Amino acid sequence: MCGIAGLIHRGKSSKVGHELQGMLQALKHRGEDSTGYALYGDTDGKNFIMRFKVGENVGEGSTSIAEDVSVYDERKKIVDSYLAEMGAKIVKEERTLPYSLRYEIQYDKKDLLEFSQKIESIPGVEILSMGKSLEVIKDLGNAKMVCDRYNLDKLVGTHAIGHARMATESGVDIKSAHPFWGYPFSDVSVVHNGQLTNYWNNRRALENKGMRFMSECDSELIAVYLAEKMRDGASLEEGMKESLTGLDGVFTYFVATKDSLGMAKDTMAAKPLVLYESDELVAMGSEEIAIRSILPQEIDTYDPFDGEVKVWQI
Amino acid sequence: MANLKNVTKKTKAQAMGMHSEVLTGRTQQKFFNPDEAENFYYFGTYDVDFNKRTDLDVKDMTAADANKEIDNLMSQGYGTIVIKNPQGKHSIGVGILNKLNLIFEGSLGYFGIGSCDGPTVRINGRVGWSCAENLMAGKVVIEKNAGSCFGAAIRGGDLICKGSVGARTGIDMKGGTIIIGGDAGAFTGFMMQRGRIIILGDVGINLGDSMYDGTIFVGGEIGSYGSDAVDAELTKSDQDWLKRKLKVAEIGEKFDVSKMKKIVAGKKLWNYDNLEPTEKKGAI
Repeated sequence: MCGIAGLIHRGKSSKVGHELQGMLQALKHRGEDSTGYALYGDTDGKNFIMRFKVGENVGEGSTSIAEDVSVYDERKKIVDSYLAEMGAKIVKEERTLPYSLRYEIQYDKKDLLEFSQKIESIPGVEILSMGKSLEVIKDLGNAKMVCDRYNLDKLVGTHAIGHARMATESGVDIKSAHPFWGYPFSDVSVVHNGQLTNYWNNRRALENKGMRFMSECDSELIAVYLAEKMRDGASLEEGMKESLTGLDGVFTYFVATKDSLGMAKDTMAAKPLVLYESDELVAMGSEEIAIRSILPQEIDTYDPFDGEVKVWQI
Repeated sequence: MANLKNVTKKTKAQAMGMHSEVLTGRTQQKFFNPDEAENFYYFGTYDVDFNKRTDLDVKDMTAADANKEIDNLMSQGYGTIVIKNPQGKHSIGVGILNKLNLIFEGSLGYFGIGSCDGPTVRINGRVGWSCAENLMAGKVVIEKNAGSCFGAAIRGGDLICKGSVGARTGIDMKGGTIIIGGDAGAFTGFMMQRGRIIILGDVGINLGDSMYDGTIFVGGEIGSYGSDAVDAELTKSDQDWLKRKLKVAEIGEKFDVSKMKKIVAGKKLWNYDNLEPTEKKGAI
């Protein structure tokens, strides 16, 4: 039983980090093994923002193996050297935690596949997100803990999706936490509530087509599935509609790109979703209390029906 | 449910000649002997006065505290309670076993009005999943939309949603009536065993899937029929009942009920194989 939440402001920016924190914290009873944010901040759109990790959080009930912190520094050095090799220039560097880094990078090539493969060839290194406005921040603990740890409260942007996780089918670690980046597509992220029952069949087929999986979490399949559809020329909405039959199991998921936010609900409608829609704001979550954390006044909400797919633009 | 302490030897229904049978089952003999009525007490019930009214702001309360306070107010004889600022909280207004006018000024989260027996509830907002689950008696009116599993396993009472509802409405219901003013999602009436569902709008896929018994009336389009759900003739008696029910429910009073579809159980599933016991008897 995980909780998901998302919001999109249409025609303006807001403190989406703070708003999403409130929504996810209201859902913490649905799981607080880990919490993740995919925030679409206001940027000039010139540089890539790369969020990556060089190790795991080994505290707070983690299933990861403890490593010496010096290993993180060695991995970071290799990342820096690979970036230089590929002609990517680091404009700004932040190291929030020993294992978690944020780089602003000048990089001219559009295809991120080769770039990502090179960086992730370093053992223990994973790119959490790569985009010109997307930043994926995920760690162990509830929404407030993660928000405070990474100072997300002040981040201003247009839209965001997030996930409060109760680990069921894979470990309690950052690599299995949501959101998942839609590798190797810039600015695509996914969160999911449910279980996918044809994970391994789909995974094998997608790996044969050259797609990459970083965890054994079934939810990662959605991000990879959509990425593969878009690589073949489908629009986001087309890919999401195909997923209703291509993915088996029960699911409600959100997907975000640099200028849109979408939701899909399986044909059994087995997983909850409450939706609020107005001209200025769309907010949705697993439970109404998530929406009430940012809209305490009386509002009209509804449950989308089975097999429904919706996409909103900023 | 009335307070059994106050029940006279001959109930009102019996006095009107509505019951003539003598109940002889073990439970009746042992526990429900009317001669010993004074020994029985329906735990958690109160004699309330509908004219005694109060407000309760639950904004800063947990669901447990809010429910305790409702119970406390009923114990003081309040018969009309207006709940302010429910703000989508879960499990509020549950386990009310006596008559009560309960009004919610706002929306409820999951499991609102669960396991109730007798209250009249009006919610001026939306409700989340599993609203009024296991309702035994009473009337619940929702002014806006409702989530999935609306009226799951209800045994009696009237459950009315003026907006649209999610999936699996009336799942496993065993009695009572559910009325939907808008559309309903997939698997409406899933495994229902008795009772009636009325949907004025459209309904999703697998309507009445694996229903044992009961009746579903649909005014709009049907996505698809579930296993063993079949059409039946809409009789004059059905139409009269529908008109009366919609009028009482203050919903769709002018709706043309003659065009509604009636769906019942085909009773072709294994559990309705009537030959089986006979064959077994023959074999023995």
